Order: sequence, then C-alpha cells, then structure tokens
Amino acid sequence: MTATQEPAAQAEIGRDRRRKEDQRLITGRTRWTDNITLPGMLHLAMVRSPFAHARITSIDTSAAKAGRNVVTVLTGADLGEAQGACINAWPVVEDQVTPDHLPMPTDRVAFAGETVAVVVARSAAEARDAAELVEVDYEELPAALDLKEAAAAHESGGTLAHPDLGTNVTAVWRFDSAEAGTGGDVEAAIAEARDSGILIEREYRQQRLIPAFMEPRSVVVDPTGEQITIWSATQIPHILRFALAATTGVPESKIRVIAPDVGGGFGGKLQQTPEEMIAFAVARRLGKPVKFTETRSESLLTAHHGRDQWQRLTLAATKEGTVTGLKVDLLADLGAYVAIVGGGVPVLGAFMFNAIYKFPAYQFQTTNVLTNKAWTDAYRGAGRPEATYAIERLMDELAAEVGVDPLEIRERNWINHEEFPFTTVAGLEYDSGNYEAATARAKEMFGYDALRAEQAERRARGDKVQLGLGVSTFTEMCGLAPSRVLGSLNYGAGGWEHAEVRMLATGTVEVVTGASAHGQGHETAFSQIVADRLGVPFEDVEILHGDTQISHKGLDTYGSRSLVVGGEALVRAVDKVIEKARPVAAHLLEASADDLEFSGGSFTVKGTDQGMAIQEIATAVFAAHNLPDGMEPSLDSEATYDPVNFNYPHGTHLCAVEVDTETGQVKLRKYVCCDDIGVVINPLIVAGQVHGGLVQGIAQALWEEAIYDENGTLVTGSFVDYLLPTAADTITFEIDHTTSPSTTNSLGTKGVGEAGTIASTPAVVNAVVDAVRHLGVNDITMPCTPERVWRAINDGSSGGETTEAAMPHFDETEGGVQ
Amino acid sequence: MIPAAFEYVAPTSVEEALAALAEHGDDAKIIAGGQSLLPVLRMRLNAPEWVIDLGRIDSLRGVRDGGDHLVIGAMTTHHDVGRDPLVHEHALLISKAITHLADAQVRHRGTFGGALAHADPAGDLGAPALALGSTFVVQGPGGTREIPGADFFVDLFETAISDDEILTEVRVPKHDGWGASYEKFVRIAHQWPIVAVAATVRLEGDTIAEARVGLTNMGSTPLRAHAVEEALAGRPATEDAVAGAAALVADGTNPPSDLNGDADYRRHIATVMTRRAVLAAAGRG
Repeated sequence: MTATQEPAAQAEIGRDRRRKEDQRLITGRTRWTDNITLPGMLHLAMVRSPFAHARITSIDTSAAKAGRNVVTVLTGADLGEAQGACINAWPVVEDQVTPDHLPMPTDRVAFAGETVAVVVARSAAEARDAAELVEVDYEELPAALDLKEAAAAHESGGTLAHPDLGTNVTAVWRFDSAEAGTGGDVEAAIAEARDSGILIEREYRQQRLIPAFMEPRSVVVDPTGEQITIWSATQIPHILRFALAATTGVPESKIRVIAPDVGGGFGGKLQQTPEEMIAFAVARRLGKPVKFTETRSESLLTAHHGRDQWQRLTLAATKEGTVTGLKVDLLADLGAYVAIVGGGVPVLGAFMFNAIYKFPAYQFQTTNVLTNKAWTDAYRGAGRPEATYAIERLMDELAAEVGVDPLEIRERNWINHEEFPFTTVAGLEYDSGNYEAATARAKEMFGYDALRAEQAERRARGDKVQLGLGVSTFTEMCGLAPSRVLGSLNYGAGGWEHAEVRMLATGTVEVVTGASAHGQGHETAFSQIVADRLGVPFEDVEILHGDTQISHKGLDTYGSRSLVVGGEALVRAVDKVIEKARPVAAHLLEASADDLEFSGGSFTVKGTDQGMAIQEIATAVFAAHNLPDGMEPSLDSEATYDPVNFNYPHGTHLCAVEVDTETGQVKLRKYVCCDDIGVVINPLIVAGQVHGGLVQGIAQALWEEAIYDENGTLVTGSFVDYLLPTAADTITFEIDHTTSPSTTNSLGTKGVGEAGTIASTPAVVNAVVDAVRHLGVNDITMPCTPERVWRAINDGSSGGETTEAAMPHFDETEGGVQ
Repeated sequence: MIPAAFEYVAPTSVEEALAALAEHGDDAKIIAGGQSLLPVLRMRLNAPEWVIDLGRIDSLRGVRDGGDHLVIGAMTTHHDVGRDPLVHEHALLISKAITHLADAQVRHRGTFGGALAHADPAGDLGAPALALGSTFVVQGPGGTREIPGADFFVDLFETAISDDEILTEVRVPKHDGWGASYEKFVRIAHQWPIVAVAATVRLEGDTIAEARVGLTNMGSTPLRAHAVEEALAGRPATEDAVAGAAALVADGTNPPSDLNGDADYRRHIATVMTRRAVLAAAGRG
C-alpha cells in the first residue's frame, strides 16, 4: 500500500537533519519548568533531614512562620492523607517487602535529605531563608549503610533501615534455566568445570552513580481552574498523572500534567517524586499556584541514584574456552525506599548477563536490599550496563585463563549471524544481528593488530607507560515493552505507545506522541518519519508531546522505547491517514480507489498523469463540500501500538588506554565502536546519543562514584567531589554502524539511547586491566582512580573501596591537617 | 542556591574599602572575583551581613614593571595575568600555572589576589608565588606593610592579612631566562589539583644552577621544597640526578587524605611530579 521505496519518499529517513528543537533548547528561550511564572505564585523550600536515620521527635515551625513574606509552613502531619504516596510500580515478587513511602514522613526519616517540612513564601529566597528557621528535633537511629551488612541484618541482628519490617531484604528474584526449561543445570556445569575445565569466580562492584541531568528538577502546580495543572521536569507525565490520581484521590480527569521542555533525565527523571507530591498537596491546600525548583545540592542528595550492586559471578567453561554455564548472584542496594521501578532494575539485567553468547546453562538471583541512603532506580541502561559489565569482564578473564585474544574467546561463544532469530538461555528471542560483521568493522577502524604490536613492544621495553586494549561486545533488550511480558513480570503497567496524526486545513501536520522527549531529539526524528511516510515537507510537521491534555495517552520515554515503540505507533497512525484519504482522492479524481497509488505525498491514478496531493485532500476534507457519501469529514487518525517483542541492538566497542605505571593515571588513547541499531533515522542524532552514552559509561569506569561516609552523609554532594567529565576529559570517538534491520517493527529500527553507556564501561576497565595484567593485576575496582590503579600495580589488589572525606575547598571552618 | 541576604558595597578606592571594612568588621566578607566566595554563599556555608566588592577599584588592577620585580595588582584577573607579556618574560612559572587554573570562565572572573588571599592549599597560585619568592603587600588603617612569602600562608584558608587589611599587590622578583613548568595531577580537567608541583630553574649549560620548587596541596598551606632546591643546585639536568633530588620532596609535608588520594599516595605523586616539573622546566621533559 505504501510507497516508502520510492526515492522521493526515502529522502528524510537516513538524513543528517540538524535538530529543530536545538535553537530554543540551547539558548534557554523556552519553557523550562523554572521559567514558568504564574500570577500570585508562591514558592516552596524544603526542610531536609541531615540524618540518615532518625526519629522526628518534634518540629517547631513558629519562627519560620514569622519569617518575612512566609505564607505557611507545613509538615507531613499537617498535610495528612492529602500528600498521597510515592508508589512502586513493580513489586518483583508476590511477597515483596515494601516500606510505606510518604512524600513527607511524619515520624521517622530514612535517608539524609528526606523532606520533613515545607516552607511556603512569596519568593524563593524568602522560603529558603525561613527554611533555616524550622527547628526539628531528631533522635538519631543507627543507619544501615553497608550493602552486604544490610543484606544479612535479619540474620545477624544488624541494623535495619526500617526497624518495623524486620528485614532489609525486600525481595529475592530468581531465574534458573533448568527450571524454566530454557537451558541446562548450572550447578552441574560448574561441578564439571571445577573438575576438568576452567572456573572463573569473581566479585565485582557496581558503584553507586548519580544521573546528574543538566536541568535540576522543578515543579509548578496551578490548582485554579477545573483541572489542576502540574508542570514538571519529568520523563513521565502520563505515569505521574496516574500516580497522583491513584494516591491522592483526585480524579485522573481533574489532573493535567505537562512536561514542558525537560533538560535531560537519563532515567533520573523517571520517578514520581516526593517534591511533586508535596507541591501538589500544598497548591491544593492553599488554592494558589506554587513552584519548587531544587538546588543542584538537593538534586545530588535526593534525586534517585543508580547502579549500586555487588555481583558474585561464576563462569564455567571448557579448557578450550567454550562457556558451559554462568551463575549470577547479586546484591542490589535500593536505598531507603522501593522506587517506582526500584527492584525491577536488577531484574531487567537478569535477561542480559548471557549477552550475545550461546550459554547452555544460566542461573540468576538478585537480593534487593534496603539501606538508609538515597533511593536508587533507573539510570541510563537500568540493569543492562551492570549485566554487560559483569559478563564482558568475565570473558576477558576467561581469555586470559585460556591464553587467547579476548576477541577470539568471544567469537567461540557468540551467536552466529545465520542463527537468528535465536532463543537465548534467558528465554528471549533475539530478532536479528551480525556480531561477526560489527566486530570485523570495529577491528578495522581500531587498527587492532598494530595496537597489539605496540603493546607487546612497550611491555618488552618495560615502558613506564603501558598500553591496554579493551574489548566489549553488548546487546540489550530495547523498546520497553510488550505488555504481556511486563504482566508476566508483575509490572504495574503496559508497554504500548500511542500516536495521533492531525491533518490541518492548510496542509501542515500536527503529530501527537505519547513519548515524552527530554533532550533526545524526538521532534526532529519523528518529523522525518512522518515527512517520509506522508510525503509532506519536514518543516510542515509539528510534534506535540508531554501534555496530557494534548497527548492524552502515553507511557513516556525511557528504556530506548520512543522510536521503536512510539515510532511504530506513529507509522500506523500515518498509514491510517493515508487510508482515510484514499476514498476522498478516488472521489475527487473520479477514479476507483483500487487504481490509486500513493507515493511522494500524492495519490495518482495508475497509468495517467492525474493526481492529488495529501495536502489538497486535507483542504478538501476541511471544507467537506464534496466528500464521498457518508464519509466523516476528518483524516485525523490515531494508533496505539503494543510491541510483540523487544529488539536487540548490539555492538563491538574497542578502547585503548595508556596507563602511567608511575602514577596510576589512565589516559584514553583511542575509542572506536561499531553499533548495529538497525535502520538509522537520523545519523546525526544517533552520533549524539552514542557520543553522550560513551562519555557517561566511560565516566563510570574512570571518574564517577557517589560516596557516603560512616554517618550516612553524602560526601560527593557537589560537583567538586562528584566528578562529572567535560569535553576536556574525553577524546574523539570513531563510530560506525552495521545494519541488521529489526524484524519487530516496520521501520527496522532498534534502540540507541543506552547503547554507548552499556558497552563503554567494560571496554574501558578491560583496557585498564589489560595494560597491567602482566604486572599481576586481574581486577581494578570502579572507578579506576589513579590511586587504585597504582595500588593494584604495587600490591596486586583491586585498589580497595573509597571511604574518604571530600576536599574542603568550600569549607570555611578550621581544617587542621597539620 | 540562593545566598542569605546581605548588604553590598562596591567602593572605588582602597581607602573607601578599608573604611567599609573598619565599619563592618567581622560582619563583612571581601569579594575579589567571587569564584570561591559565591559558591560558599550560595551553599550557605557562610552568611556575611556585608559583602565588600573590590571589583571597582581600578588601582588594584594591572601588571607593571617594578625594576627588579613585577608588581601584580591584586584585582588583576587570572586571564589578564596569564596573558601578560611582562609575566611571561619575567615570571614564566606564573604564566604556566595559570594555563592550568580552573577553566576559562573562572579565569575571566577570578583574581590573582583574591585566590591568594583565599589561601586554599589546593589553589594553583600559592606554590608558584612562593617558589618565586613573592612579597605580599597589604594595606590597612595604619598604611601599607609587606609580608614575605614565607610568612603569608598561615593555615588552611588563613593568611597573615589582618582583619582590617586588604591585599593590594604581589611583588614577584624577576626570574629572567628561567625555565618553568607547573605539573598538575588531576583526575578530571576542571578539578582542584590532587597534587601539583611548580618548578622553575636556571640552567648553566647542562647544569641546574638554581631551582625553585613550590608544592600545591601537600599540607595546610602551599609549601616551598627547600631541600629539593638545595639538592638540585649544581646537579646535571638529567633524569637520574633530578629524580634523586625529587625524592626529598615529601619530607616534612603533611598532605591530606581524601577521596582523591591518601596522604602516602600524594607523597608518592609529589615525588613523580617534582621530577617531571624540574625536567620540563629545564627543557628536558
């Protein structure tokens, strides 16, 4: 029916369009939530607990209430049930232990930074000033901080994050290939390898990270009018509306949520936050618009964190390096509460530890644990970077054990391209891929053999600067998600996406998507898809999103889903427009609908030069003077698409680092990757996603770590100590693509948003370890700080954990190091 | 990130500034570019009632030739000091250090005197200023006085400037023809140094005739490595000879332990950076 193979119609897909949204985003002349000012709007400031775990014995708000231009000060008790609750959408097991999560707790705080009172004033500065006048008496409680100790606390009598729960373990989720019928018995494989093969046993640390999006979170609530309107810097306006309605009793139809332009999220704004709930409750209480914008310090302290796992791993293999089984035993630190995805993050990883390989036996278990630290949730990749790190580090260890090149050990175990579609030991069906081709291309770009030769030469010479080459392959399940699969995993919602296409009278097009962009470039990429399929100019397509009044249905943006799920909904809605237009064209052209061809935006009568553009038809339908009998005068169409399967992008990443053995300093030398993400809509946007993802993944390997001290205070509470890299710290990346079109959507696209982040972390750490393996090192704890690398070289350790204090640059008090 | 309310005054002469300081005393903080003070105020680690801005006192800005020394006005921005031809010719070490100082935005706002008076032991200017034998000129109600470099830095964030005084200029003895290098050890580019070493040397042929070495973040103040300087004098500018002298650098230092490195690691890094800085200053790096 469609004519996407025509040259004219192909022009947009695959084109390096500059992003139409960038001018307003980069200049800031746009609708960031904090830019919104409403008449009579009041400002909020949060009073936050300095203690990781404490009983609230009293809150005296009298001095703050007397502050200049202070309207009121409210506590959790004052707001009562109107404050609602923060929900967990994914209880991963039936008997999950889930602590109640009030936006403002009334009796006990469970992490440092939790809000205990909110000040409402006429200006943000006055609210901040008065917040310092709120006197809160706490009775400090012991805090559960160490993940391993917390996991065992119910047996050891250790500290509990929530004493009334009797345990810190919220859930134990398990998958076993023998039980599931998807593979063999992992214990048998391990026993055999112990006896006559190779057994690699390791414990890796996934440090805690902070998403550190560019725009701090902000929320404005306007309770005047029939619908309560809430603007929020969120990734999930639709889910937020659901959560507000479900927990406050306000009918969903009375709530309008708008995510205006949002400055990044990386999963960090995939949350229903206490601050949103508090602002909603205060606005309703006072009947006036309110705004809350967090400071960067508050953002680092209280916006959810990511990663934070211990991974105990056992890889069984033959002496030749063929893997026979993998056993994964995780401890996952959920922090103080089970967040909206929460314990689902490690479960998302469960299906990816077997990666691109044909493992015959597999077992996975995660123990999800509560501690008195900031809650953790999705962070770019969500479970899959952790899984990829573990297996790609192990494959390097196996290669070292067997004594072959790390690429060779992967080749011995990966799925060959002829074997797709391939059902894995974790039970997923991979749609398409070609690991051989991507790896060959990456090797060629990298100059692999020449770098190996240089490495050998430096080792022989005993150079103080050693070269290391790191390999990482990856695949990921993208496009969350088939609703049935989510249902089988006990997730609280579906995974479909919705789109509408509106043909305007003048021939331009409004497109509504339920995906909610926060910097990715949806407006440009979706415009290209519509322009191509509908045959209208790119400039004539307007993408509308992020407002529940306009985009009434949607499941928002995360998990590399917007293009592969939302894009498919869009395609289907466009096709419906074309099908609605066909009888109109036939009527006006006085031809049979069967004789019409649609191509390049026009219907033409086969074998004639008669035709009519879609825009002309739109105008005719608007006028409605001459339509087929009984036809509804509208071309507008919508589609809701529920994917039948995930799709599986993959890639091969190669990294070269130089390690200064005198200092332990790691310097990036070269980074290449060849990702197969199916059909590319806009190579420029893809390059941006890959580059940004690479930097974020490299940052986990080398720089970033959220650290708490022994009192549960976040030491890395500013960018002085939480080391975010800038362009000055990275190198030029060389990226390329192979193309194995996805078979699960009509555009053949696969997700790309998380790819760079997933693959780069193990590539870099593998490179660092490779540089010094000959010095007796087989692991370095992330981030691979110069001190850790240096200690690893000098005492053969993995460098130990970071436990120290912050640098004191901003501390005006007496320091005293002498 | 909203500071507590404060009163703001921007005098146009040192005398007016001193009068404001005398009037408000302990309730006042001087702002001299604000690249350290503003974050402190915004994070509410400090809440002075008065902020006295030296930014409009033109006489405190600029670099001039003082004969056997340079005079760097306290309110000269890092950017202006860093690109000043007099500084490049007579105090190359300072030019080199400034190229490593923070980022371009900070260098255009932060000032030479402001950074030195802040006395962060991890600041990039204390070590080069000390190594070059600088003298600090302060002005108070009773007139001006000169503070020798060795006496200027007292402790963490503490200098010999009295509460009623203002740093007006820094006098840097000319080191014409001396090579210089500032080796800064960081994990990411815009970070404060974990350790840095400022070295400047005068060669006679292949021999190091004289050397000056300053250390950043190796104690509660910037330090001068006298033992290394003495050991280098008269030695050949070779890797082995310099390494031997550099091995003395950590003696008597008391570096901090924090999440970027333990004290013993910092001592090791100081040794490596000293060797590299001296060799680079000698054109052998």
